Amino acid sequence: MSVNQIMFILFASIIVIFSILTVSSKRILRSALYLLFVLVSTAGLYFMMNYNFLAAVQITLYAGGIVVLIIFSVLLTSRINDRFASVKPAKAISTVIVTAIGAFVSISSILQHNFVPAAGVEPISTDVKMVGMQLLGYGTNGYALPFEVISVLLLASMIGAIIIAKKKLD
Amino acid sequence: MIEGIPLHYFLVLSTLMFFIGVYGFIVRKNLITILMSIELILNSVNINFVAFNKFLYPDQLQGMFFTIFVVAIAAAEASVAIAIIINIYRRIGNINVEEIAELKH
Repeated sequence: MSVNQIMFILFASIIVIFSILTVSSKRILRSALYLLFVLVSTAGLYFMMNYNFLAAVQITLYAGGIVVLIIFSVLLTSRINDRFASVKPAKAISTVIVTAIGAFVSISSILQHNFVPAAGVEPISTDVKMVGMQLLGYGTNGYALPFEVISVLLLASMIGAIIIAKKKLD
Repeated sequence: MIEGIPLHYFLVLSTLMFFIGVYGFIVRKNLITILMSIELILNSVNINFVAFNKFLYPDQLQGMFFTIFVVAIAAAEASVAIAIIINIYRRIGNINVEEIAELKH
């Protein structure tokens, strides 16, 4: 077994186990912490596939931004000692059956399909220079327009979040 | 290509993660845990994009850019969702989905 396979199995088992713990933990703060482990090991998978910039984005934005935001909102809205009531067995079992059927159908169709890589192509470099050139380029393989649109979206969501969450001044 | 790991491994992993997220989305009652399930689902989709990019079309970076945009949209969505959750908590004092049944101002 090669080093790659060992690393993949490690990351994959961390992702699956902590995903299950995220959706089943009875304490909400622990649930947020398990989500952090899932996101960080996803960044590990990106590192394995040699997408270094993407892994850095994953760590800073997800682990540094979203999880911290979630933890803050947990602290603002819940009491730490609270535990969730356990899910009703009938509901849990029916949901497990439905999702297991969905997962079974998807996985069996994935395993039957034969994915053919594009023939005779030269792998492109995935370093930050290439990412920057393409992200701001407007020719072939340029992503300037979605980049600008996403910046407008981020500005709009920032203003919206401030307006929704602020107190009424009256 | 990564030696010793076929594409199917990544796809099966992301499928498992996706359906765990769907399970959490259906079963959970707290708004914040529902948001966490959505993050799991989005993350599994990202793994799919990146794996397809790496294994099938290594001459382009399309999957990677899609992933970056998905991450940005997830951040925007999380910020607005948490603002709404805090607002609901201020008005009703609770973020349990079964007790939030009114849209009155």
